[in-house]
Amino acid sequence: MPTRPEKVYFFGTCLIDLCYPQAGMAGIELLQRQGIQVVYPQSQSCCGQPAYNSGFPDEARKVARQQLKAFAKDYPIIIPSGSCGGMLKHHYPKLFADQPEAAEARRFADRVFEWSEFLVKALDLKLEDRGPPTKVTWHSSCSALREMKVIEYAKSLLRQLQNVELIELQRERECCGFGGSFSVKQADISSAMVADKVADIEQTGAAAVLSGDYGCLMHIGGALKHRNSPIPAKHVAEFLLERTQ
Amino acid sequence: MTEIAVDFPKNFKKALGDGQLRRNLRAAMDTLGLRRRTLFSDPELFEQLRARGDAIRQRALRQLPELLERLEQKCTENGIQVHWAETPADANAVFLEIIQRHHATRVIKGKSMVSEEVHLNHFLHERGIEALETDLGEYIIQLEHETPSHIIVPAIHKNRDQIAKLFHEKIPNTPYTEVVEELNAIARQVLREKFFAGEIGVSGVNFAVAETGTLCLVENEGNGRMCTTAPPVHIAIMGIEKVVERLEDVPPLLRLLTGSATGQLITTYFNMISSPRKPGEKDGPKEVHLILLDNGRSKIWADPELRHTLKCIRCGTCLNHCPVYTRLGGHAYGYVYPGPIGSILTPQIEGLKNAGAMATASTFCGACEEVCPVKIPITDILRRLRTESYDKDETPNSVKEHGYKSNATENMTWKGWAFSNATPWINAVSAKLLGLVGPQLPKLPAVGIVKQWSQSRALPSFATKSLHVLAKEKGIADE
Amino acid sequence: MSDARANILARLRAAARPVVGDTEPDAPPVPELSQADKIAQLKQRMETMHAEVIVTDRRQWLATLKEVLRKRQLNGLLYGPQTAVGAALAADWDSDLPPLVGYEQSVEDCKERLFSIDAGITSTQGGLADVGALILWPTADEPRLMSLAPPLHIAVLEADKIHESLASAMRRERWAEGMPTNALLISGPSKTADIELVLTFGVHGPKELVVLVLDG
Repeated sequence: MPTRPEKVYFFGTCLIDLCYPQAGMAGIELLQRQGIQVVYPQSQSCCGQPAYNSGFPDEARKVARQQLKAFAKDYPIIIPSGSCGGMLKHHYPKLFADQPEAAEARRFADRVFEWSEFLVKALDLKLEDRGPPTKVTWHSSCSALREMKVIEYAKSLLRQLQNVELIELQRERECCGFGGSFSVKQADISSAMVADKVADIEQTGAAAVLSGDYGCLMHIGGALKHRNSPIPAKHVAEFLLERTQ
Repeated sequence: MTEIAVDFPKNFKKALGDGQLRRNLRAAMDTLGLRRRTLFSDPELFEQLRARGDAIRQRALRQLPELLERLEQKCTENGIQVHWAETPADANAVFLEIIQRHHATRVIKGKSMVSEEVHLNHFLHERGIEALETDLGEYIIQLEHETPSHIIVPAIHKNRDQIAKLFHEKIPNTPYTEVVEELNAIARQVLREKFFAGEIGVSGVNFAVAETGTLCLVENEGNGRMCTTAPPVHIAIMGIEKVVERLEDVPPLLRLLTGSATGQLITTYFNMISSPRKPGEKDGPKEVHLILLDNGRSKIWADPELRHTLKCIRCGTCLNHCPVYTRLGGHAYGYVYPGPIGSILTPQIEGLKNAGAMATASTFCGACEEVCPVKIPITDILRRLRTESYDKDETPNSVKEHGYKSNATENMTWKGWAFSNATPWINAVSAKLLGLVGPQLPKLPAVGIVKQWSQSRALPSFATKSLHVLAKEKGIADE
Repeated sequence: MSDARANILARLRAAARPVVGDTEPDAPPVPELSQADKIAQLKQRMETMHAEVIVTDRRQWLATLKEVLRKRQLNGLLYGPQTAVGAALAADWDSDLPPLVGYEQSVEDCKERLFSIDAGITSTQGGLADVGALILWPTADEPRLMSLAPPLHIAVLEADKIHESLASAMRRERWAEGMPTNALLISGPSKTADIELVLTFGVHGPKELVVLVLDG
């Protein structure tokens, strides 16, 4: 990973783009605050994972090709999601393995870094907490945990906040049941899984649940809201920005 | 194999609604997971060990035809009679022929998933031959006329109260007791008479060593040793993938198997059988037979990616760690092999039409791969099965009933999605349109995926300004 | 059916084989141990699995065995008269001890006795320190059911035959050059956890395993 590059690309992800842009802006702002020039290619869209995981790799490749084009320059690509990050970093090389873009996809993958990992490893980010005392809990997305292996970075940032107590879930390593199309194709199983996740969150007594992935957050947040829970589900970037403004 | 098409949605709903089942499973899977973590507490050593296991299994599969021939040759030299079976029907015919030749009626069985795969008990029962399961868990479910719900702990879906009631009702003169030790003693007493009288012993095989013609069996109870020692005839059945090249390949696999399955350093017994009773020896079967079952494995083997499925050593740890299996149990999957391994293996054997839906019962969370002792790329294979369900370009290696799910609606939806996401100006326009309807979304009629989502989750709304728009407004560079 | 073999092999032969290198990662190394450490490790591991492990001076082992037997009410002790262990027993047996019963006929002719006797004693081929297990290679003189049918199995283990691991035992003793009819590893009395994962000892095999480790 390059130390303090001058410029980085920001890959917003389609879900943040369309539904949760404030998380994307928070991610960008925290990078800018470190003196990094952020480039947001307007021609970016989705990583292609929805099609890739649903059984439509050709369609996924078509969309992925567009991202190779949109992020063509040699800047690091920073992405506020373990799941989309895993797609770019670990699945693009497979998706393009027998395509003309094989080498390009591998080089592209090498430039991809999950947002919290980049803040810690490349920028050695130091945070000063300006918020009131609060308790939060953390949800590890499976891709951030197992594919990108970046959970410790986000948590280490949260632990820098003096007035924030991080209470861990009893089953932090267990999936929330989102799984993209799984959440609607196997809605019964998915609902059973998220019900357990929500119960785990509630038993912590935390005021908010944080994560680095909006897929899970949409799912968990939706389930919390469905049962009228006051606990918000928030992207860690938004939370860190709020606490340090 | 003809099975009635499995009604997955109905099975899943039923399993999820069974609170007792959910509690039994959760407790058991937590315990098994904890035991495994305790045994493989050093992640580096575990990685090293499973890299070794993976290499051994890959090397064995690479030379599969040669190793099968060598195994056959060594076994034959040792006096073990080797039979080949392409289908479950072939395998059952071999069993029947041997049993009838010995005019036998009392068959005692050690635990074997392959014998479940060929539905041996049912086959023999229809021909008036009773095959008695002697593993305690298998015995319990046989009394209940059920199938195993787990590869390693077949009766794990039942708790002691349920088993107490079962024994009391089904075993003559048995008082009701919920004391596990007493239940165990009841089974011991019943089965001991059966071991004494058994005419044919049946077992599976955990590893078959080509180098020496040795069949390895892993167990704790001693029933496997009984079935392979006390009766005059022993018939072992294995999938063709179970062969390993050398004897020295066994120790790492054994450690991975027992550690992954139940967190044990080693089981009570590791039983290595290399021949029938030799002249002068006083016990052991006079005949040992080995049935090599294909049942679709050679087809799986032909594909370099799918071949990884055959590395499996049937430890069941992917089940123990699967958040879906943990909530459903094995029966909901409707086939012999449940959980992650079942979801990749079964559609390849049974075809996508009947079993392809198993590949959708995964969030791709990767918990299974993280613990798999032979590094099977389970999520990649699940994804491949999903792709094969829709894809129309069939190749010789395609999974049976390739493209069964292909339909105009989904094809068009994804084509449209791809076009929009690969064309920046359309993407921008659609983001804007979604932003306009955004707050209205919760009022959409609850049908299709909206309905599925809304059963337990509030719908998200689209932002009036997308990140693209916000970034532009804030002057974020666009290069 | 005769075609099954040809068909299966033909399908396997028809498929392309990937070209791969022949370097393989090694298994984690098992450290070499002193004999005292091997005994201690085997004892600790086997005791965890509810075996009773008694380390005894080799000149005293018969006395130790007799103590073990006198503590129990046993209807007989199954043994192999032709083995070294068997010869030692026969040479010095006391009348208050359970009678020695030789396993001298084929199982077909003595099955009833095998399934009703309380105890059996066998020698062992060796032991494994890393996992805590005995190695048995049953023979014509010491058949397979001796360590399985009686509820109490007593095993005699020479301390210098304890290996670090199964891999080292196989290598040092060159198992691959000739396997016996049956080779066994035994780590304790038979057990099950098939009901609610509750560990219970004594299922179909022995309920008790006593190991006499002959040291010195």
